[in-house]
Amino acid sequence: MHTHDPLKENRTPRYGELNRADYAALGLMVGLEVHQQLKTTRKLFCRCPAGHRFNSHDAEILRHMRPTLSEMGEYDGTALMEFKTRKEIIYRIRRETVCTYEMDDAPPFEIDDDALDVALQISALLGLRLVDELHIARKQYLDGSIPAGFQRTGILGIDGAIPFKEGRVGVRQLSIEEDSCREVSDEGHTRIYRADRLGTPLIEVVTEPDMRTPQDGAAVAQLIRDLVRATGRVRTHAGGARQDVNVSVRGGVRNEIKGVDSYKLMPELIHNEALRQANLLHVRSLLQARGAIAPTAPGVEVTAQLRQTPCDFLREAIHGGAAVHAVALPGFEGLLSHPIQPGVTFLKEIADRVRVIACLDHRPNLICSEDSGPNISSGEWGRVRRALGAKRAEPILLVWGPERDCRTATQEVLNRAAEALIGVPSETRQAFADGTTGFERILPGPERMYPDTDLPPITITPARIARLKAGLPEPPWARRERLLSVGVGLDLAERLIRHAAYDLFWALYDERGEAISAQGLASLLLDRRCDNPAEISALSWWRAQLDALQAGRIIPEALWMKGEVSPEALDEAAARDLFEALLGSAPAPLNLEAEEAALMGALMNSPLRGRARGRLIRQWLRQALEAR
Amino acid sequence: MSDDYKGYRGATLEALRRFEARVWSEVRVETEAGAFEGLILPRSETADADHLVLKLISGYNVGVHHARILNIEVRGRKVADYKIPEKEFPKDAGKPRVKLFGTGGTIASRLDYRTGAVIPAFSPGELYGSVPELADVCNLETEKLYGVFSENMGPAEWQGTARAIAQAIKEGVDGVVIGHGTDTMHHTAAVLSFMLQDSPVPIVMVGSQRSSDRPSSDAALNLINAVRVAGHSDIAEIMVCMFGPTSDRYDLLHRGTRVRKMHSSYRSTFRTIGDIPLGRVDADGVQAFRQDYKRRRSDREVKLNTAFDDRVSIVYYYPNMKPDIIDSLIEQGYKGIVIAGTGLGHVNKPLYPALARARAAGVAVYMTVQTLWGYVQMYVYETGRELMDLGVVPCANMLPEVAYVKLGWALGQSQDLEEVKRIMLTPIASEITPREPHDGYLVFQGGVPEVNRFISHHWK
Repeated sequence: MHTHDPLKENRTPRYGELNRADYAALGLMVGLEVHQQLKTTRKLFCRCPAGHRFNSHDAEILRHMRPTLSEMGEYDGTALMEFKTRKEIIYRIRRETVCTYEMDDAPPFEIDDDALDVALQISALLGLRLVDELHIARKQYLDGSIPAGFQRTGILGIDGAIPFKEGRVGVRQLSIEEDSCREVSDEGHTRIYRADRLGTPLIEVVTEPDMRTPQDGAAVAQLIRDLVRATGRVRTHAGGARQDVNVSVRGGVRNEIKGVDSYKLMPELIHNEALRQANLLHVRSLLQARGAIAPTAPGVEVTAQLRQTPCDFLREAIHGGAAVHAVALPGFEGLLSHPIQPGVTFLKEIADRVRVIACLDHRPNLICSEDSGPNISSGEWGRVRRALGAKRAEPILLVWGPERDCRTATQEVLNRAAEALIGVPSETRQAFADGTTGFERILPGPERMYPDTDLPPITITPARIARLKAGLPEPPWARRERLLSVGVGLDLAERLIRHAAYDLFWALYDERGEAISAQGLASLLLDRRCDNPAEISALSWWRAQLDALQAGRIIPEALWMKGEVSPEALDEAAARDLFEALLGSAPAPLNLEAEEAALMGALMNSPLRGRARGRLIRQWLRQALEAR
Repeated sequence: MSDDYKGYRGATLEALRRFEARVWSEVRVETEAGAFEGLILPRSETADADHLVLKLISGYNVGVHHARILNIEVRGRKVADYKIPEKEFPKDAGKPRVKLFGTGGTIASRLDYRTGAVIPAFSPGELYGSVPELADVCNLETEKLYGVFSENMGPAEWQGTARAIAQAIKEGVDGVVIGHGTDTMHHTAAVLSFMLQDSPVPIVMVGSQRSSDRPSSDAALNLINAVRVAGHSDIAEIMVCMFGPTSDRYDLLHRGTRVRKMHSSYRSTFRTIGDIPLGRVDADGVQAFRQDYKRRRSDREVKLNTAFDDRVSIVYYYPNMKPDIIDSLIEQGYKGIVIAGTGLGHVNKPLYPALARARAAGVAVYMTVQTLWGYVQMYVYETGRELMDLGVVPCANMLPEVAYVKLGWALGQSQDLEEVKRIMLTPIASEITPREPHDGYLVFQGGVPEVNRFISHHWK
């Protein structure tokens, strides 16, 4: 039994306020699903060019999605949820990037072999057990992100691992798949997508939930990024890699934070999701303690009772034709305002469902009888209560909008309330810029998989594997070990393993051997301002610079500067003369501290730059300032 | 072969037998590289003999080569029960009575483990389970006539379908829907237009271009709309009801003799050729585009005539065609040939002697155009006049496939070539029309600025 409750004093501590032991007490488990686009010329299952992005379109297509049965004869919960939303889905397409395959679900062409090669290489780097035959499956997506309603995807390997810190992180599987559309907007019952990205070859790497802190989650995400980038055959632009982060706490269930594209924000998102689950479990325990049961009384229409309401936005909505429905939540007295995430209460869990599933996306989209904000009179609440047959203290929620959506909404309120008694629902969560998460959809399960009857299985021959393994790049952890072994410090090694100058380092180091310090060389390569790959890969240029450096003709700072020609080093006397001349022209000091920084900056942008050691100039400057 | 090892053969079958691992067994398969855990699935018979198919817990399927298998440990069993949830179709006395006949196709379908492809499934309960909206439109009765892909439909199935429809009309249904594979839907629609004349109720053919096991399938919308037309419209003709645009918007109603599948994969593949469609249908109802259709009647009379002679062929002419093509048809005892000629209806001179031999052998030869749009006109060029002298009869603007089924039907009525000619050239269901309106041929060309402007302002 864990007695330590890190949320006892504060139910929603900020990210940074909990330590590893606190997360252990919460039972935090983090896993990743890393999506990485592959750099190929064409798309995965058609001959459209990959990697083109447009913000205009020349045609639109409308679709509605319907749930279908899985191979095992079951409906998927997410599919049924999306069907409830009755979305009109619009695809914006352009002739250059979309053909009948993407837009009209025309039968697929053969798989892109280049994409398959890259994906197999990455599978080998992850130490996965490779399959002998690739079976393409259809993974259902009823949100509309793929016009066909399914994504073609297939497993290439399972059960791998990568070294992380002192241990390992398990890799459950790698699949090769086609990328989805980009969402343009989602308002009311209309969702709009752009289809240029659709069909781009993608891999999905799924880790085991082996990470135990938010920071480790982000670190492993970056490790996997470095690993896939080592192949040189993945897309590195913004959006080329996207992470789904799986989070659970003890007693909770896996929730997936979708499409996190910032490593910086990732730990905070994980932290807040962990809090959310812990707090939902706390709400459950409070409900159980008072013997609450799931409320079931259906919502009723109360438009007539509120027609003259002093609440401006509600009155205006009613006059604009909106219906108002009310639903009671007996047993939830005082709990709707229970904190769930920093600045977020349990009521938002309900409001999110209403927004997403009933498509009532005006803000606010709920009025709660326990919230004194909205201007509903006590007489009106009384009439609403009578219409519902609700007791005096029972919290009541109002929703408004099209009549049919209101009915969906009150049912969803009851559904979410019932789930509160079970604990944490399995959801896909949207990542917000403030580090909190919001409901996106019910988490899909294996029920959404269906074999693709349009493509035969693809044999992965031992010869192909052998050829690809022969050309495997060095994974990041091997790069790091190798750099550490020649004396590069950990910080520089971490930077150099993911830097374009990595190969150049070894070319230069291997030539000069003991004659050069590995740490010094790494530092030179990383500090060069101009990281134009064409220049830094010019081995001969670097040879000449290192010769000049060793002969004392230039100083290391010279190599920090842009430009083909490095300025010659000044001897100390010449440097001192130049220093005195420059300092004499400077205005008298006002504040010693600020003045030193400002003067140093000015001196380093003067003709001294790159020609005299900064250390020396700072020393002279201090002496001069003290002397004044 | 036993279902226990469905689809497996050769060394993989031996491995399964050795470890007593059957299809639907939950197993742990040890290989030299490590273990795979999952459910053994049946193997498609067209796939190779070397791999075992496993469904992993994640829902993905993978193949493992038999040579890598060291051991298979059987841990349980889970049989897939691919079944659309069946629900009894509700009755509503206020709604029309519609009969849905199934012949196959993908309007309702399920996975076939034998071939790995999709096979049709069909029952009213299943249809209601997957398309509950049907109950808002009608009282539905269903009857499965055949379960074939449409390329396997032929005279026997056409006749059987026609008889079943006539029977349903006599029994008092308010409309008939025929679920059919799309590939030859226009052949069946045409032949039914001759076999079933003057129906008092709508007869609507429907299918889908995307199997109903896909979330984006057109099956549900097509079916709902077809049933709506059958139950509620006053167009008592034989029609095809399929997607108008590519988007999920409305279905077009095409006359059975003027419709053709024009794209191998598009949803909006069916087009009325040389005329405008009868109308369109969506959730708001049926909108007729023209007034010259036969109206619904309350009587139960329909002319059923299923006689058919299947000794008929289509010859698609190509440059340098040799006369032996025609001669072999004569030798094989064919009674009718429909030529799809070039341009206004032409073939090359080397065929002339063979055409003369066809006439001498009593073979009826008819000319249609492979351009599909437009009329046969055999007076304009000398070639045409020479062909008519050889007994080739021009078929006006009858589509080649329509002429093919009509000739079989006409030869079923009479072997007297003059009578056959009279039948062929007397329009029964608009297979020949007196004129082609200006908007009967609209194949817009992408890239033309005004066309692209139009496309960018309407859902495709």
